[in-house]
Amino acid sequence: MTASTVSARPKITRTQLREWVTFWLLLGPNLFLFVIFTFWPLFYNAYLSMVDWDFMRVRKYWVGFENYVTVLTDRHFFTILKNTGVFTFSCVFGTMFLGLILALLLNQPLRGRDAARAILFAPTILSGAAVAIVWIYIFDPRYGLINEILGLFGGRSPNWLGSQEWAMPAIIIVYIWKNLGYAVVIYLAGLQAIDKSLYEAALVDGANRWEQFWNITWPGLSPVTFFLSVTSILSCFQAFDIVKVMTNGGPINATNTLIYRLYELGFVSFNAGQAGVVAMVLFSIMLVLTIIQVRLGERRVHYS
Amino acid sequence: MEQVTTENTTMFANRSKRLLKRGWQVRLAGYLACVVAVIIIGAPVYWTIAASFKTSREIYGAVPTWIPRNPTLENYPAAWKAAPFGRYYINSIVTTVLGSGAEIWFAVSSAYALAFVRFPKRDLVFMVLLAALMVPEETTIIPNYLTISRLGWINTYQGIVVPGASIAFGTFLLRQYFLTLPHEVLDAAKVDGAGHMRTLFNVVLPLAVPAVATMALLSVVSKWNEFLWPLIVTNTADMRTLPIGLSWLLDQEGTTQWGVVMAGTLFVLIPMVLVFLWAQRYVVDGIAAGAVKG
Repeated sequence: MTASTVSARPKITRTQLREWVTFWLLLGPNLFLFVIFTFWPLFYNAYLSMVDWDFMRVRKYWVGFENYVTVLTDRHFFTILKNTGVFTFSCVFGTMFLGLILALLLNQPLRGRDAARAILFAPTILSGAAVAIVWIYIFDPRYGLINEILGLFGGRSPNWLGSQEWAMPAIIIVYIWKNLGYAVVIYLAGLQAIDKSLYEAALVDGANRWEQFWNITWPGLSPVTFFLSVTSILSCFQAFDIVKVMTNGGPINATNTLIYRLYELGFVSFNAGQAGVVAMVLFSIMLVLTIIQVRLGERRVHYS
Repeated sequence: MEQVTTENTTMFANRSKRLLKRGWQVRLAGYLACVVAVIIIGAPVYWTIAASFKTSREIYGAVPTWIPRNPTLENYPAAWKAAPFGRYYINSIVTTVLGSGAEIWFAVSSAYALAFVRFPKRDLVFMVLLAALMVPEETTIIPNYLTISRLGWINTYQGIVVPGASIAFGTFLLRQYFLTLPHEVLDAAKVDGAGHMRTLFNVVLPLAVPAVATMALLSVVSKWNEFLWPLIVTNTADMRTLPIGLSWLLDQEGTTQWGVVMAGTLFVLIPMVLVFLWAQRYVVDGIAAGAVKG
């Protein structure tokens, strides 16, 4: 390779040209679609966020930062940010914590373990909209499964999706139910990648299970924990179908999140400018999170 | 994947000795965890299936039932008639086949180009592709809606499929996998005078079947379940995909016809459940391997 490139530096050889053409034929279409449907929208969003437009009028009126002021000082905006934070934190923490406990318990020679793992994983491949509908029925305060189970103990179901208090816990439960198996599968794989001789050595040293966990298992799992936190945070931020089908962001904004607000402003109120602002906010938050995670990730890599 | 299974067995051998001595409580906890997990995951699914076979009177009766008392099949034809499910199936199948087909081809071809074709600024191109991972699809919906409507593609298959056809994550994973393939085989193909296309189809793809299969299955699942974009870009019943049509059925039938709505829900869930049952190992093991290595 080096010989040919050095000798051919002044002029592009026919072989090189063929390589370049092949490269762009193979990769070009994919990249082209990214430019049109991923990168261009970023710039266009920035422009839209500064105009007043309803998707219909021919003219867009330039309003500068007025949309930002309107959206960011809206009295519901803080609620929406808080909801997004509560939802993301609860879902990420819930799936990872429960996922780790289940993975630790399943990480031993058990009969039927692989079947249990597959069943736990199955909800992640199901349609979010369909899962949401199943759970609307389960949460039904009169005829739902939860009410019937509570009934066995003499309790009564709250009006889950109809109350401002219980709607958010309800969608968090559904999200955790749907995504728990993913964390279990990843943590199980992480546990099996830990060097077993470390445990042998710890046993010789007389370390108990608790000490083994904190000194071997938890540090050994850190790359996996990091990977899971990255993927879960991003997927929580983008959770739309469950919210749309179960609550439409309600009641009274109790489950309205940034992504739902974007949809609502754009395709319910047809306010392109304000929806553009929410898109910019959403993108900035995710960019900051990604940068933080990449930084932390680098430190982890050096550390290990 | 093989590596994981061998580690698995040595782990079993090593640890089972310890466990026999002092671990019966731990093992019991493990079995309990299996049972509790399966019940928690399984109960909602069972509840759905049971309801789809219950009569309205039973669902809305005073006494809750776990097993349908007078099992009936009438909810299924009722759901099929309540919404154009035949049409939804066609739409979902067409958009999933086209969308996943494009994603799989783009991932394979781009990964091959990035791994094996020589180009001066290849790493830069790779970085640009990775940058696309940082742009969440949801933030692009308004500009893309405008682009698609300018193209006259609202309410068409190409309108549903094209904006999501490009793929960065799958490209990244396959490129990593391609780079682990043995060099000797690729060099041998070059010596034989095989061009890039022949190398791709006759040498690289057969060696990369497990990775491509995992990526392809995940692509099919995500296209089938896609919700936000098809919701925005379709505006008549005859273009809706299954998840959108189902949520529309819920709005129509509301909570007064749970039996019918649950039957409709199963129409949407069953195809992916079958795919999962058939290819469960590829999906679960592939994801586990990807996370630990990548």
